[in-house]
Amino acid sequence: MLNREEIRKNLNLIFQDVFDDTTIEITDEMSAKDIEDWDSLAQIDLIVASEGTFNVKFGISEIAQLKNIGDMLDLIERKLCQ
Amino acid sequence: MLSCLAHPFDNEYIMQKKRSLKRELLAFDTEFIEKKVAILGGSTTAEIKNILELFLLNFGIKPEFYESEYAQYWQDAMFGEKLENFNPDIVFIHTGYRNISGLPYLQDSTAVVDDLLKQQFSHFSQMWDKLLAQGYCVIQNNFERPLYRLLGNKDISDYRGHSNFVSRLNQKFYEYASTHSGFYINDIDYLSASYGLEKWSDLSSWYMYKYALCLQAIPELAFSVANIIKSVYGKNKKAFVLDLDNTLWGGVIGDDGQESIVLGQDNPEGYAYCEFQAYIKAHLDLGIVLAISSKNDEENAFLGLEHPDSSLSTEDFTIIKANWDSKDQNITKIADQLSLGVDSFVFVDDNPAERILVSSQIPGISVPEIGAVENYIRLIDKSGFFESTTMTEDDMARGQMYRQNAQRTNQEKSFTNYGEYLKSLDMKASITDFDPVYLQRVAQLTNKTNQFNLTTKRYSENDISAIAAEADYIRLCGRLSDKFGDNGIVSVLIGRKDKMVCHLDLWLMSCRVLKRDMELAMLDKLVEKCRAESIKKLIGYYFPTPKNAMVKNFYHELGFEQIDEKENATIWELDIDRYEKKNQSIKIL
Repeated sequence: MLNREEIRKNLNLIFQDVFDDTTIEITDEMSAKDIEDWDSLAQIDLIVASEGTFNVKFGISEIAQLKNIGDMLDLIERKLCQ
Repeated sequence: MLSCLAHPFDNEYIMQKKRSLKRELLAFDTEFIEKKVAILGGSTTAEIKNILELFLLNFGIKPEFYESEYAQYWQDAMFGEKLENFNPDIVFIHTGYRNISGLPYLQDSTAVVDDLLKQQFSHFSQMWDKLLAQGYCVIQNNFERPLYRLLGNKDISDYRGHSNFVSRLNQKFYEYASTHSGFYINDIDYLSASYGLEKWSDLSSWYMYKYALCLQAIPELAFSVANIIKSVYGKNKKAFVLDLDNTLWGGVIGDDGQESIVLGQDNPEGYAYCEFQAYIKAHLDLGIVLAISSKNDEENAFLGLEHPDSSLSTEDFTIIKANWDSKDQNITKIADQLSLGVDSFVFVDDNPAERILVSSQIPGISVPEIGAVENYIRLIDKSGFFESTTMTEDDMARGQMYRQNAQRTNQEKSFTNYGEYLKSLDMKASITDFDPVYLQRVAQLTNKTNQFNLTTKRYSENDISAIAAEADYIRLCGRLSDKFGDNGIVSVLIGRKDKMVCHLDLWLMSCRVLKRDMELAMLDKLVEKCRAESIKKLIGYYFPTPKNAMVKNFYHELGFEQIDEKENATIWELDIDRYEKKNQSIKIL
């Protein structure tokens, strides 16, 4: 079972891949307004990649409630516990 | 080529890495052909565009895209000035079950449902007519099966069932496809079934982002569309090079002997090899060339193919290289003998070490990861190597032609004088205007001929039809036959008349008739036509590409004088009054 730091590491790799930028370091407070290319299309890529990497499936209401990266980490953590 | 974009691919990996993949693809030293692709969607298409771009780049096609506004596919096609200004080469219409605007109700009579079917069909066919008339190639999705069946099993058989209705509408699409050239169906009915309809029609992708298929399946869709496009532009594979031991049969013929190799229906593995052989053999009818590269003594290779349960026989193979040389060397030799590029080969071998050797030594060759024998067919089939869009009669006869060519090469050896050999071939050519039956083949040749091609101009079938209708052109297409068989249309020439001068916009010839004097026969005919129209001068152009160095001095050899040179391109002139007939080997019909 992955702990929150391991989840963060994996999620950081996903962000680096999706934005093709190895300098990205994600933080809990970070959201779409902090990364220039984070548009609705990139959002989809992030979701698909996270579902694949962590082998989970997010519900549409869960995705709708995501406000920042902290929320994403919480959601992944919760899903992995189920 | 990136192996992560060859089938079987990791959909999520591709989507996650798409930006860096694109960067890598553009950094390769690929000679891209550029095409304009319009995506007209009945649902969101943004990600489809991005992934399609990767697959096209991997096939050597650099796309420029136009995307319709959300769900505006019909409006764009029917009234869109923007689309017209974009002037696409390809229009991909991405629609699906959700774009059917009227479905049967349970109280409807058969007449009402028939009427509805007509309405729904004409909504699409009007649009296709319009697009085809503008000279675009159209790729249209058929419909996936509906996810829900209100009538249960009866939904597919009852005329009011939505499954039934969709299936009938699909049939009408296919009828249209079979009567219209330049129109291709992208079979999402198959793709979704193969992927799993429940996963494909994932509703959260629709509710959240208005994608008509689940996001993870987008690479499957994009790969399928890219395969059609690469086929339209002549980038299909042309030949299989196959290993023998543990590829066409189980076991090692040199060790086990003919009686002990695993082949035949009495054994599960042997059954799988049988079916694989039959699958490979069926490609002969598509005009795919078969060759063997095997580490074996030649007599053992033949022994295996003479096994009573072997459906492939030695005659099915144009070239058999059974020796102990390395496979990359053998494959290079096979390519030379067939006058085909190694990048048109698919190499099939169960041994991963051979696969790595060949894929690392031979750029552009496809080397599928075929797994165990029960997976061979599936993994090769889904790769779309031979996606057939324009199946001309020439394609179907091609396999036979290559075999005849191999015979010709054998005969060549026994003559001392080349002219004597050419005469012995009993060649006959007919050189005509672009007759309607030849238009498809002419367009196909302009797109796939790279080596003997002076200007490498690519024309669609619609371009060729337009030129065929213009009085300002002299058009020639040449067909060559000899005592071994008919080669079909092998050379095309387009001359543009400008008062007393004729500019040679296009001159190409298929490499399978190299050194047969067909080019001389073409020039004779061209001069004859020019004289009849009082044209005094021919102007020839040579535009160099990485592949056409073969014809660099072509005009010089024909007696043209060089009059200009610009950035490697050379321009040549021939005085028609002083021209004397050149061809002596070919009888003109």
